[in-house]
Amino acid sequence: MTQHPSNEIAAHDQHGAHGAHGEDSLPEIPHVLRQTDIDPRAARRAERQVATMFGLSAVSTILFVVAFVAVKKDSVINLPVIGPIGGQNLALGMASGLALFLIGAGAIQWARKLMSDEEIVDERKSFSSDDETRDAVVEKFRQGTDESGFTKRPIIRRTLLAAMALVPIPAIVLLRDLGPLPEKKFRTTTWAKGKRIVADVSYKPIRPEDIPIGGLVAGALPADIREVEELQGNLNERAKATIILVRMDPSEIRGQQIPGGDVDGIIAFSKICTHLGCPIALYQQRTKHLLCPCHQSTFDLADKGDVIFGPAARRLPQLPIGVDNEGYLVATGDFQEPVGPSFWERG
Amino acid sequence: MTIAQRAAATTTTWIDDRIGAGKWLKKNLRKVFPDHWSFMLGEIALYSFILLLLTGVYLTLFFNPSMKEVVYNGSYAPLNGIKMTQAYDSTLRISFDVRGGLLVRQIHHWAALLFVSSVSVHMLRVFFTGAFRKPRELNWVIGVGLMTLAILEGFAGYSLPDDLLSGTGLRIAQGIVLAIPLVGSYVSTFLFGGEFPGTDFIPRLYSIHILLIPGILLGMLTAHLLLVWYQKHTQFPGPGRTNKNVVGFPLFPVYVAKAGGFFFIVSGVIVLISALFTINPIWMYGPYTPDQVTAGSQPDWYIGWLDGAVRVMPNWEIVLWGHNLSLNILVPALIVPGIMFTLLGLYPWIEARATGDRREHHLLDRPRNAPTRTALGAMGLSFYLLIWISGGNDLIAQAFSWSINAITWTIRVLLIVLPPIVFVITRRACLGLQRKDRDKLLHGRETGIIQRLPSGAYQEVHAPLTDDAKAKILSARESYYEPIEAGPAVDANGVAAPKKGRLARRLSKFYFEQRVTPPTDEEIAEGQHHAADDLATVRPAGQITSGH
Repeated sequence: MTQHPSNEIAAHDQHGAHGAHGEDSLPEIPHVLRQTDIDPRAARRAERQVATMFGLSAVSTILFVVAFVAVKKDSVINLPVIGPIGGQNLALGMASGLALFLIGAGAIQWARKLMSDEEIVDERKSFSSDDETRDAVVEKFRQGTDESGFTKRPIIRRTLLAAMALVPIPAIVLLRDLGPLPEKKFRTTTWAKGKRIVADVSYKPIRPEDIPIGGLVAGALPADIREVEELQGNLNERAKATIILVRMDPSEIRGQQIPGGDVDGIIAFSKICTHLGCPIALYQQRTKHLLCPCHQSTFDLADKGDVIFGPAARRLPQLPIGVDNEGYLVATGDFQEPVGPSFWERG
Repeated sequence: MTIAQRAAATTTTWIDDRIGAGKWLKKNLRKVFPDHWSFMLGEIALYSFILLLLTGVYLTLFFNPSMKEVVYNGSYAPLNGIKMTQAYDSTLRISFDVRGGLLVRQIHHWAALLFVSSVSVHMLRVFFTGAFRKPRELNWVIGVGLMTLAILEGFAGYSLPDDLLSGTGLRIAQGIVLAIPLVGSYVSTFLFGGEFPGTDFIPRLYSIHILLIPGILLGMLTAHLLLVWYQKHTQFPGPGRTNKNVVGFPLFPVYVAKAGGFFFIVSGVIVLISALFTINPIWMYGPYTPDQVTAGSQPDWYIGWLDGAVRVMPNWEIVLWGHNLSLNILVPALIVPGIMFTLLGLYPWIEARATGDRREHHLLDRPRNAPTRTALGAMGLSFYLLIWISGGNDLIAQAFSWSINAITWTIRVLLIVLPPIVFVITRRACLGLQRKDRDKLLHGRETGIIQRLPSGAYQEVHAPLTDDAKAKILSARESYYEPIEAGPAVDANGVAAPKKGRLARRLSKFYFEQRVTPPTDEEIAEGQHHAADDLATVRPAGQITSGH
């Protein structure tokens, strides 16, 4: 680009570096003298500033070690605006943060005030090689190909390509034993006929009269969940079996997945969102809507648990429930469809 | 010679005798680096990555990536006696029982947030200034890869402590894996060693987080920096800066001091933030259990757009012949991000098709001088921001007492309507700015001095531009393209022109049909002549021009 017109007004100070390397019409690179270039006192002042920052950094590092030993881990400091904050975290962080920051600030101040700030110019070279070199590369490549016989002996070439294409297969096969096959795992839960329903946390069985009309049990599980977890050593069953119980006036129920699946207006639904598996418990008593806190899918519990808003595509599965001869709520079977997110084979 | 100089000479001789570093040092000690605040964005990313490696190694000394259940018994009283995994237990110990442990954890988390932020903003800078053009396309692709990995690495990292929030994120990720056609449920049981949550996933994620991804990141980052070094940094237009030179400060001492100092500043600021502001207080969320969730759960900011896309998607699912195709999950979580990152990676070639230009570009574009690119970027950004906002739709609904349904529907409509509007407005704004630049160059800058002509008319006096302003405006010539014209339909021998290149011509027309021609030297000379006439009649020209 040589079309910069030369400019009469470009009379910058005499120290400007010359950018014109072989291109005559380029204007100079502007440069303005700094206070520290002209005034030795300003330079000494800058020098003192830089040294002070480096010195304070060293002091901060020592303070860090002192704080590490001296500040108790349970001390709490009340800061304005920020509020109460752990004293040890604050002391260690402030000391080491300042120690780092001051080295940086000192170095930048040094560079800006005292080091030369005249910009210099380097030429760029094109990255491409000349045609001669390129031809030579092509020739060498051709020579290598000829000497190897790669093009002349197709059977070697083809078998090599086939072998190379197959050789990564073991790496994929080896991943097989990372886990078991899905089989029916996503289709069944530990719920079965006669299993008592217990409230989460207290693990106490629930009687229908414990739930008032309009009430919600935000988390309930099969009575044997802790034994199952002990046996399996994981939380997998809890992740599928967790349910919520709601009670509404039987006349408010507009539809159920399982005809007569309620007990005096108590209905049980899977707590696991059919969208991406978050547990759902935001229940609006008046509308009988259940909202997932993760992606806001909304289900109508008074009408078959159907989706009425949001990204979930499927209703919440209903758990068939009844009462055992001691008057406690029990499941009368497993869910009639898979709980949780969709998967390819779900159907 | 002072002692220091002698020591330096001895050291360099020792090294030079063994690996011949002399030649390299001679060439590179005074290597030129252009200066601009926006060139520091990539530096921030690099320095926060170094900090991440250092703090990450420290955390591995104390963190126990195991999903075996234990009963907590430590300094944080509210959780005493509660069952949790060793991963969560050891994170609590790092936070409450290891002196400085909480600080290092918070530095690690803040540095991660800053890392992804600076990578993203750095990428925007590179995009809007056209720094990705030939010969830097490869480095752009490496950069897109780095950003993708940075997001994955961040997600893997905050999923490790096994607190209620991180477990909820993993549950969602597992749901997305399940939705993959054909193999979803298999991939899920393989990844998790069975069903969710199982006991295998955190140890597996741990080796991915501390070894696999950082290893790849480190390799790609090295390649990224080597290419910047080898190809030399781009520079903004200015007096004396051309496409054939590089103007700036020497590596030694100015850049060593500035970049080295900046490392300490970035680290210092991150540490100070970590001292003052709590991030990811996992003790408040409690241990993960698959039947609990907190309302208003939010991922880290850089996952927000994915979560938002999932939230805003309509609930389409196709069930055919006993198989489920969950478009409600596949589209926002896999297809849209896939398209976005592919387009991003391919962008240098898309634009090169439109310009039809094979030159090397070392002088950066001012965004206004590439109106279509800038408008496309702004359009993409508006789409991203909308789905990012959608990720907080519940918080917005709560803060303003708005209906969540209305917010979701508004964002759905805006996602289709807003990006094209942003495109049109941005392109017009760029063209307008270019016209204004052109006027300035031809007629000078407005001085605010009103002059009365002998005829009685009034006019404003214009003064010539500074060198700097002129060089910047003239750089529009470097960014100027006309649409690629089709050759004659039938050539001299009566052979029909090949149809090839029609796509490129259409693309080129889309990019460059609307354009502002930068003024020629003759036009400028004439313009300046007028401006000088204006000034001469008011006061001596020197008085105005000396103050530039």
